[in-house]
Amino acid sequence: MSAILPPSERLWYKHPIDRVEGTWIAIALLWCLIMFFMMIGWHIWGKQNLSTETYRTTPDKFMAKTQAMVDQYKVREETDEKIPVVAPPPGSDVYLLARLWSFYPILELEKGKTYRLHLTAMDYNHGFSLQPANINIQMVPGFEHVVTVTPNQSGSFSVVCNEYCGIGHHKMVGRLYVK
Amino acid sequence: MANATTYRTCPRSGLQFEDQAEKLMKANAFVAVVWLLIGGLLAIGVVLTRWPALRWLEADTFYMVLTAHGINMLIFWIIFFEVAVLYFASSTLLRCRLATPRLAWLAFALMVIGSVVNNIAVFRGSSSVMMTSYVPMMAEPNFYLGLILFAVGALIACFVFFGTLVVARRDRTYTGSVPLVTFGAITAAIIAVFTIVSGAIILIPTWLLSLGVVKQVDPLVYRTIWWAFGHSSQQINVAAHISIWYLVAAVAFGAKPMSERVSRMAFLLYILFLQIASAHHLLADPGLSTGWKVVNTSYFMYFAVLASMLHGLTIPGAMEVAQRQKGFTKGLFEWLRKAPWGNPTFAGVFMSIIGFGFLGGISGVMMGTEQLNMIIHNTIYVPGHFHATVVVGTTLTFMALTYYLVPVLFRRELISPKLALWQVYLFGLSMYAFCLVMMGAGTLGVSRRHWDMAFSGAALAYEWPGAAYLMMAGVGVIGVAAIVGGALFVYLVVGSLLWGKRLDTGSVSPQFTPVPRAAPTTVAQSYGSMGFAAPGTFTLAMVFLVAFVLYYFINWKYLSTLWGLS
Repeated sequence: MSAILPPSERLWYKHPIDRVEGTWIAIALLWCLIMFFMMIGWHIWGKQNLSTETYRTTPDKFMAKTQAMVDQYKVREETDEKIPVVAPPPGSDVYLLARLWSFYPILELEKGKTYRLHLTAMDYNHGFSLQPANINIQMVPGFEHVVTVTPNQSGSFSVVCNEYCGIGHHKMVGRLYVK
Repeated sequence: MANATTYRTCPRSGLQFEDQAEKLMKANAFVAVVWLLIGGLLAIGVVLTRWPALRWLEADTFYMVLTAHGINMLIFWIIFFEVAVLYFASSTLLRCRLATPRLAWLAFALMVIGSVVNNIAVFRGSSSVMMTSYVPMMAEPNFYLGLILFAVGALIACFVFFGTLVVARRDRTYTGSVPLVTFGAITAAIIAVFTIVSGAIILIPTWLLSLGVVKQVDPLVYRTIWWAFGHSSQQINVAAHISIWYLVAAVAFGAKPMSERVSRMAFLLYILFLQIASAHHLLADPGLSTGWKVVNTSYFMYFAVLASMLHGLTIPGAMEVAQRQKGFTKGLFEWLRKAPWGNPTFAGVFMSIIGFGFLGGISGVMMGTEQLNMIIHNTIYVPGHFHATVVVGTTLTFMALTYYLVPVLFRRELISPKLALWQVYLFGLSMYAFCLVMMGAGTLGVSRRHWDMAFSGAALAYEWPGAAYLMMAGVGVIGVAAIVGGALFVYLVVGSLLWGKRLDTGSVSPQFTPVPRAAPTTVAQSYGSMGFAAPGTFTLAMVFLVAFVLYYFINWKYLSTLWGLS
């Protein structure tokens, strides 16, 4: 029972290592390094990397920018709550805000075109969970996160809030169209 | 120094318990089981509500119950038990008196008061903020105060542990280095100090915010520092339950570590790199640089993952070497077939090792990969992962250890060893399945911490695929099976304490008996005699590696089909 007793040799750290352990250390270390460089490699060759472009913002400032976009590019309204559907031109800055308990507005993007998507939460933390594409991004109040997105499928997508934000959390679903 | 204390030598195990330390271990372990019971009752509410066809609780009750379940299980059950483990690894294994028993009782009292204050705040209903309590969503002041009191108590307990190490050294109760299990416990305690200090740095201002003394706590700063507390606290568990794995290997097989050097180096890697893991939770966050995320989320080049992969080999490896010495040398796996599968302590620990590695370990690396995190963040894959680490890893290990401790520490025979064996298999296997269905639903995107996946009342509801509903129904059904397994554990422990046959106290002495040195190991006596001592374990390790590599690249393949993001 030696794991619960002091080691038998005083200089246990000079004890040789069995070949099973030595081999496994080499294999495991190699795998760890592969995984580490995989993340870096994906930044160079991969197409799905989360942007880190971030600005401090306030609810008022962000709302003003969002509203300006809505006023300029609104194409119609949906649902009883008259949520505006906005179709900004490709390449432009598009805004999506999360608040208790809705997303605003509904965006309409074009497949294969690139947009600068600005995200923020107006009050609590919220989550941007684009389904069924399954892209999940945290939305933190006070921070404007600019993510460059290029939709590769067309259709109707839902934006589910997946950060707990209180009693109405389960009603917090938005929409996003890709033409 | 004149010691009023006495030392009892357990006739069954040969372990020596100092009187004060023994009482403190019993108290901490018992309160831990009480919190496990409460957390388990709350789990009923969680799984029956997430079962889409039932949706048992109302939304506000559900979120309250989920908050309480998380805190009571992740913090109170586990840390009370860990304090008992720390006292065991110091006072019992080093056969010395516990340092400052009065302070240890103060720590215990603070932890009890803190946990009760926190629970009262939660059950009053206005603190349903989840364990993470992200600002600016606020709980009652007592929610934070309870956590702070508890943390202060736990911190004192850590220092009692460190003090006990000093006592043992000074009284020369052992010679040479501390045992490996104690070394692992030291790792856990060092990580605990870091964890608790991080918790204090962020929870004290948040408490003041809830009282109106402080004007603002930055949401992103909160998330960053809170996770230095929230994730590191789970690393305490890892260090603690791996120490127990070594302990059980020693007790069940007389196994010796294959190499003290490798095992201790692996624990050292934990101290050096585990704490930077708060990044795991911030990979989908704004405002943090890519470099910071990559370095921190990988524990700096995955050195802490390396450490876990080493323990994952050396513990079964030590068992294999011990079994082969007993003559179980046929083929690759006779040692494993002839292992004491009828012993609940061994069976629980072995299931914990396999489940922690295959389910918890692999899924953890997926979520902790910077880009892969985008397909997992805040989905129910996350609780799937941490139930594999914290329940299959830590809780199952603690349950298995408890079956060993009931006769040794509490001096009671288990009322039904056979039922204990069933309990371990039922709980372990149902938790395996529970984690798998959660990860499955999470892969389809289903959110965690969500009352209603049908989005009732939402204007723009989303329809999850049928498979997601099926797997969430699985969460309900299998979750109930796991809860039955947990209830059996509480019944067996409490029943044994009440009605179990009383066992001999053993000889009591006013003096400690010094710890003997271990017999020399038989593996690789010298540099000339290197063999391949554990081929079966090595084969299992290669199976693990293949599963790991395949699943890793499958996830990258999935990621590559997503929208372009930059």
